[in-house]
Amino acid sequence: MAEEKKLFKVKIDNISVEVEPGTSILNAARKIGGDIVPPAMCYYSKLQGSGGKCRTCLVKVSKGSEADPRPMPKLVASCRTNVMDGMEVANITSPEVQEARKGVVEFLLLNHPLDCPVCDQAGECHLQDLSYEHGADTTRYEFKRRTFDRIDIGDKIQLHMTRCILCYRCVFTADQMTEKREHGVLGRGEAAEIGTYIQQSLDNNFIGNVIDVCPVGALTDKTFRFKNRVWFLKPVDAHRDCHDPKCCGKTVLWMRGDEVFRVTARKDKYGEVEEWICDTCRFDKKEVKDWTIEGPRKIERQSVISQGHYVGVHKPKDTLVEVLDGRQPKLLLDIHTVSEVNRPEIDLSQIDGPAHSDDFNKK
Amino acid sequence: MGRKLLFDKAHIEGIRYYDVYRANGGYGSAEKALKSMKPEEVLEEVKKSGLRGRGGAGFPTGMKWSFIAKPEGVPRYLVCNADESEPGTFKDRYLMEFIPHLLIEGLLISSYTLGCNSCYIYIRGEYAWIPDILEQAIAEAKKNGWLGKNIQGTGFDLEIYVQRGAGAYICGEETALIESLEGKRGNPRIKPPFPAVKGLWDCPTVVNNVETLAAVVPILRIGGDEYAKYGIGKSTGTKLISACGNINKPGVYEIEMNISVEEFIYSDEYCGGIANGKRLKACIPGGSSVPILPANLLLKTAKGEQRMMTYEGLADGGFATGTMLGSGGFIVLDEDQCIVRNTLTFARFYHHESCGQCSPCREGTGWMKRVLQNIENGKGKMSDIDLLWDIQRKIEGNTICPLGDAAAWPVAAAIRHFRDEFEWHVLHPEEATKRNFGLAHYADPLEIAAPAAV
Amino acid sequence: MFSEEKLNKVKEIIARYPAGKQKSALIPLLHLAQEEFGGWLSAETMDYVASLLQIKPIEVYEVATFYSMFNLKPVGKYVFEVCQTGPCMLLGSDNIIDYIKKKLDIGVGETTKDGLFTLKTAECLGACGYAPMMQLGKHFREHLTPEKVDAIIEECRVKAN
Repeated sequence: MAEEKKLFKVKIDNISVEVEPGTSILNAARKIGGDIVPPAMCYYSKLQGSGGKCRTCLVKVSKGSEADPRPMPKLVASCRTNVMDGMEVANITSPEVQEARKGVVEFLLLNHPLDCPVCDQAGECHLQDLSYEHGADTTRYEFKRRTFDRIDIGDKIQLHMTRCILCYRCVFTADQMTEKREHGVLGRGEAAEIGTYIQQSLDNNFIGNVIDVCPVGALTDKTFRFKNRVWFLKPVDAHRDCHDPKCCGKTVLWMRGDEVFRVTARKDKYGEVEEWICDTCRFDKKEVKDWTIEGPRKIERQSVISQGHYVGVHKPKDTLVEVLDGRQPKLLLDIHTVSEVNRPEIDLSQIDGPAHSDDFNKK
Repeated sequence: MGRKLLFDKAHIEGIRYYDVYRANGGYGSAEKALKSMKPEEVLEEVKKSGLRGRGGAGFPTGMKWSFIAKPEGVPRYLVCNADESEPGTFKDRYLMEFIPHLLIEGLLISSYTLGCNSCYIYIRGEYAWIPDILEQAIAEAKKNGWLGKNIQGTGFDLEIYVQRGAGAYICGEETALIESLEGKRGNPRIKPPFPAVKGLWDCPTVVNNVETLAAVVPILRIGGDEYAKYGIGKSTGTKLISACGNINKPGVYEIEMNISVEEFIYSDEYCGGIANGKRLKACIPGGSSVPILPANLLLKTAKGEQRMMTYEGLADGGFATGTMLGSGGFIVLDEDQCIVRNTLTFARFYHHESCGQCSPCREGTGWMKRVLQNIENGKGKMSDIDLLWDIQRKIEGNTICPLGDAAAWPVAAAIRHFRDEFEWHVLHPEEATKRNFGLAHYADPLEIAAPAAV
Repeated sequence: MFSEEKLNKVKEIIARYPAGKQKSALIPLLHLAQEEFGGWLSAETMDYVASLLQIKPIEVYEVATFYSMFNLKPVGKYVFEVCQTGPCMLLGSDNIIDYIKKKLDIGVGETTKDGLFTLKTAECLGACGYAPMMQLGKHFREHLTPEKVDAIIEECRVKAN
């Protein structure tokens, strides 16, 4: 009989949870879920060695363990600190942690250009979310911000270093997903940057994943650049039979009408990809016929992407009738007569995620 | 004359060379350890001596050694930290330049104790001529059977290699040093795991400062108990202090940890008083990262007692009214010096040396430097002083490695004790570019043991 | 390309580390390459070092850009690296820097037109007791005064001829 694994009892913000030994505080908190989960900008559970750098996930360990109940002297990075049996952790219940996190957010934003209005990442940017939740409303920094030139690393990926927060995720991705890493962190301290040193394109069938792991708009999909705002698009789950053995072939298509604007991997509620996809799926399969569409992607209600603002919309003035001198345009097919879809009593804003025909079929 | 344990033979002509070193009792401790003691017995002596890490943190060496993991079939490494880069500190350089065999003998005993067969000396890149001296000494030791295979017929093997850094203060942090030794960027690792479990090439590793490892030699010579009789309380033995700044006799001194700060500064045996007949304004007694103290708090503690040159003596009063012994980089400022300018050079230093891995240090050090530049150049605002205080507070304790704290403390202490000098800079920007604030009240006798403002 | 003699040195350095850990030789090799190939590291030089150690070029670039002693642009024949941190500043390093600037008519980070001298400022070099000081090549020049600086410049000029 297999020996039963002893679970560690941990208390985070006074909520108890049992986890396996070797679990990090952050992952224990994710097991509980909700507001007590510390934000993480550099940790990525699928990337070995990631985490510990951004310091947004700092928490206070008020009791080390049952065996050694002393509190830890400093705040610790919850993503890289493993739980002990009987450990007690304070995140949102600790003013000290909140204060430190506010400081970290200020530091991260210090040299950030805050160019969200022209940034393709806006709407799905972790730094944006973080600064809304934990940041101050103005900056105290009065000096010139550090800037870099935009560079294209290949014809599909653009590096906008000015926005980078140096989370190192893309470096880990290249190390662990591709045969040969060609970009890395150059320079030191404030002058550190992601780059290739000698300008060159990154050439590998999995390098596109750096776009998905980037928490900010530093690495963006050039094929999607300025094409659309993410919250105007309808994300749908889709899959195809990809021949690359490392690629799962399961993606999200970001569509408007019949047009596929971009393809990304499927991400969980912490913004991490569920499974990696290859660059062929990401960049080259931009037609609906390439894919089997499974249905709408469920997006967290809090996300701007799921905000279908259908309530209180004023019907625009119908100019067609006007230019047709009052004649009604002839409808080829009046959908109301053949479909049950049109049910005005359904409040779209109450539906979880983007609307789907199933929502209308429920009686 | 204070008793000496490391530099007792430093004055002997030619002590740099093996023959002279050996003729004056050199390698006697190694002989004793390797031929007549078990590694556990040596460890016991080091524990008894109360020796504490001389690199800055002051962690008990014997305890650090006892943490090393000993899995079967996995090599263990001893790494000597000679990446001496803390502003004000130049003691290890002196030791390596003039008595290299003392370090090599220390490495030999320590490696024997820890069960290491390879040992690396990681020396800062700028000390470019010292590796030659060390390598020559290593060759001499090898020729005479103190290194290599089957040392002195005891069956113990040891190779010592010298590795040069290339200009990075951060590589003085033990995990950054290990990364650098592995041929990587000097980014400190996230701990745990600690090097004692997973260090160089993922093997158990001990990283010790040059002076710490050299101190093992006199400990073995006179015995741990005898060594512990030197100094006061938990500050046992002797400590190398590198004194610099506005003093008559800058240089490296070995002190027994039982003298007062006043004696160290003013006696002719050591610093010989303040240069050019000036008065003492302030002092940073343990390298740039420890808190600066004004003259009155330096010589006497807040309780009105003599401040001693010991770990505990300098730390008396915590950060509110005390400081730290640190690495022993003793920087003295006379009445003509500007605290703001001095703090600015340190902030610039830490900004230059931040590795850039974690955000508070990467962004915060540059911010502090720029705000200090404004104050120094007469463009400061009153609110900048509070801003600086807030920035340092948000860096301290929130970074991966202690460089964040090291960058925060000098700024915090300067504001804590010299706030009026900062305010004077803001209020009199014109005047501040022409003259300095001067001694003001910083040497006045303390009236009460009141904690400083802020 | 390294000479036969230097390649032997490379082999000797790599032998200091356990098998498969040859990447540890990177910093010593970069020092060697910088000495050998004109005092700075070009992209070609770094690629060459990468090939010697069988590592990826980016791994070399990452390291070379981290450490302040590696020059990534050509420098003069003699590089004056004057320390400007606290202890040196207390004893007048700023005056020494200004003096060199005027004397050689260059700014910090610049090289004289004849390609002989480059002036750099450095952070603490570990000679605080002998301040003000600078690093020139392999050695430190300590207790600097304007007269000493003049003499050093003269010495370099003579050596260059």
